Amino acid sequence: MGEDQLTDSTTAAGPTIATGEARPAGRGVSVGSALRGTGRPAEPAQNTIFDVRGLRVFYGSFQAVADATMAIREHEITALIGPSGCGKTTVLRCFNRMNDLIDTARVEGTILYHGTDIYGEKVDPVEVRRRIGMVFQKPNPFPKSIYDNIAFGPRIAGYKGNMDDLVEESLTRAALWDEVSDKLKESAYALSGGQQQRLCIARAIATSPDVLLMDEPCSSLDPIATLRIEELMIELKRDYSIIIVTHNMQQAARVSDRTAFFTVDVKQTGMRTGRLVEFDATDAIFTNPREKQTEDYITGRFG
Amino acid sequence: MTSDTTTPAVDLTGSRPRLRRERRVRRLFAGAAAVSIVVSLLIVGSLVGEAWTFLRGLDLSSLWTMGWFPRRGLFDVKTVLTGTLLIALVAMVVATPLGLGAAIYLSEYARPRARRWLKPILEVLAGIPSVVLGYFALTWISPNIVMRLSSHAGVFSMAAAGIAVGILVTPLVASVSEDAMRAVPAALREASYGLGAKKATTVTRIVFPAAASGIMASLILGVSRAIGETMVVAMAAGAVGGSLFQWNIFQPGQTMTAAMSALAIGSDQVAGSTSAFQSLFFLGLLLFLMTLGLNLLSDRFVRKVREKY
Ligand SMILES: Nc1ncnc2c1ncn2[C@@H]1O[C@H](COP(=O)(O)OP(=O)(O)O)[C@@H](O)[C@H]1O
Ligand SMILES: [Mg+2]
Repeated sequence: MGEDQLTDSTTAAGPTIATGEARPAGRGVSVGSALRGTGRPAEPAQNTIFDVRGLRVFYGSFQAVADATMAIREHEITALIGPSGCGKTTVLRCFNRMNDLIDTARVEGTILYHGTDIYGEKVDPVEVRRRIGMVFQKPNPFPKSIYDNIAFGPRIAGYKGNMDDLVEESLTRAALWDEVSDKLKESAYALSGGQQQRLCIARAIATSPDVLLMDEPCSSLDPIATLRIEELMIELKRDYSIIIVTHNMQQAARVSDRTAFFTVDVKQTGMRTGRLVEFDATDAIFTNPREKQTEDYITGRFG
Repeated sequence: MTSDTTTPAVDLTGSRPRLRRERRVRRLFAGAAAVSIVVSLLIVGSLVGEAWTFLRGLDLSSLWTMGWFPRRGLFDVKTVLTGTLLIALVAMVVATPLGLGAAIYLSEYARPRARRWLKPILEVLAGIPSVVLGYFALTWISPNIVMRLSSHAGVFSMAAAGIAVGILVTPLVASVSEDAMRAVPAALREASYGLGAKKATTVTRIVFPAAASGIMASLILGVSRAIGETMVVAMAAGAVGGSLFQWNIFQPGQTMTAAMSALAIGSDQVAGSTSAFQSLFFLGLLLFLMTLGLNLLSDRFVRKVREKY
């Protein structure tokens, strides 16, 4: 793995799945069965896809995130939870260099992606984003047809295959094909909120990224649409690694394999800096957290 | 027929003095609105009336002859229409790339600090009196641009006037289309970048199309302003009193506005001579209808932007 892996203009560098390591089909242990005190489930041997070391994020002189270190694994769903303003969105946007778009934002520390520092000098953020797709909190389809929404990413990446097939496949995987197959040329704005969000997921997976970042993808959706998207995430993790921000703890417990709990420290100066409190298997976080702060938050005694 | 007893009645009628006051305020504003509508209608009415007087006393064949010479009773409409449209065309050839380029730069590329001093400069440019630009057309644009492009061109030409009008219109095009591009939600740009689009791709494939109706509106407003511009063309286009039909932009030409100002201020020495002076209103009516049509069109485009987000 050269330092310049991400500076290639080709999109050939896919996920590095080590041979001989069988991945478990789903989560090994359910939340309920993990109530066994200290008996932590044995962690399956999996590759680290993001190695985050000493991540700190600033907006101007305001420090939003202090010193987060965590290893995010391939083909898992990693949830970032914590109270509002603790920097979940900020951390998520570090993974595909989305914070580059904010003039005042500054990122320190390293994020190794398949061993390459995505903040390295020669790294082109465009190449990073082609491999690491993003779904935003509010559905944000383009004011174009459903078809063109899906085709946008592949087109700009120079996709040579059959676009109709790709559009159908992406919509099918996002569980939206049946609802829109007869109105692909209609505006994406004619869809409901839940459909728009699934369209955005379909749009993100159409470019076959390696990782999907999702920022509270269900926050503007009703319970049924939420459930569909959760099912979809579990379905998608066979092919993708997913990092999801959620303020819904049940959702984190339902879908994620590992959970990172952040909180806000209020300094005497009034500065509110987010801090990673605990990062562990979801079962452990929800049933047997190491930190008291985590337990208080999980059980609703927060503060 | 139920035996339920109702609770005591409540008096929900408003207090009379307050209702009366509200009615009075309402009438006051309605009156102000009515006055402005009536004044506009009177202007249009007199325009139509005078134009009708002019047309009635005229041999209609003099509306389609060799040129615009009101003193000799030659009122060739195609001469002034062509002059007007040619100058507007030259102006838009200048203003479209400059205006849209400035808008794209300001809305998508400029850092906040650069914006902070570029935007006011644009506004200063919009405030340059057109007399100054007319003078600039004669003393700089003509010798340095037009005469280099064509060896037959003199000091006065439609090209020189058109380029100056283009400079005049550029800030308008830039500011209206910049507003349209900045109105495109940031979420759409993020969606595009999130899919691995470059900046140029995001601007051309997402921002520009999303702002298309606003950008169209800015161009239509630009045309409308170019057609209505008077001082620059009166000074630099060359034909003050009259002109032969002319489609060569390197020659002097006559526009509707320049013809009108010549008639009004009497620089063609015909003020007062009945039918020639009346032709001013006929041109005014034509001009009014053209700009009205263009502004209605641009309004429709702008409304389309609003519907979208
Ligand atoms: N673009 C920005 N500029 C300045 N401060 C920001 C910006 N975005 C977020 N912040 C601040 O950073 C902190 C973390 O925000 P965020 O990551 O959105 O939190 P969360 O997603 O956990 O609610 C908050 O205090 C917020 O006000
Ligand atoms: Mg957030």
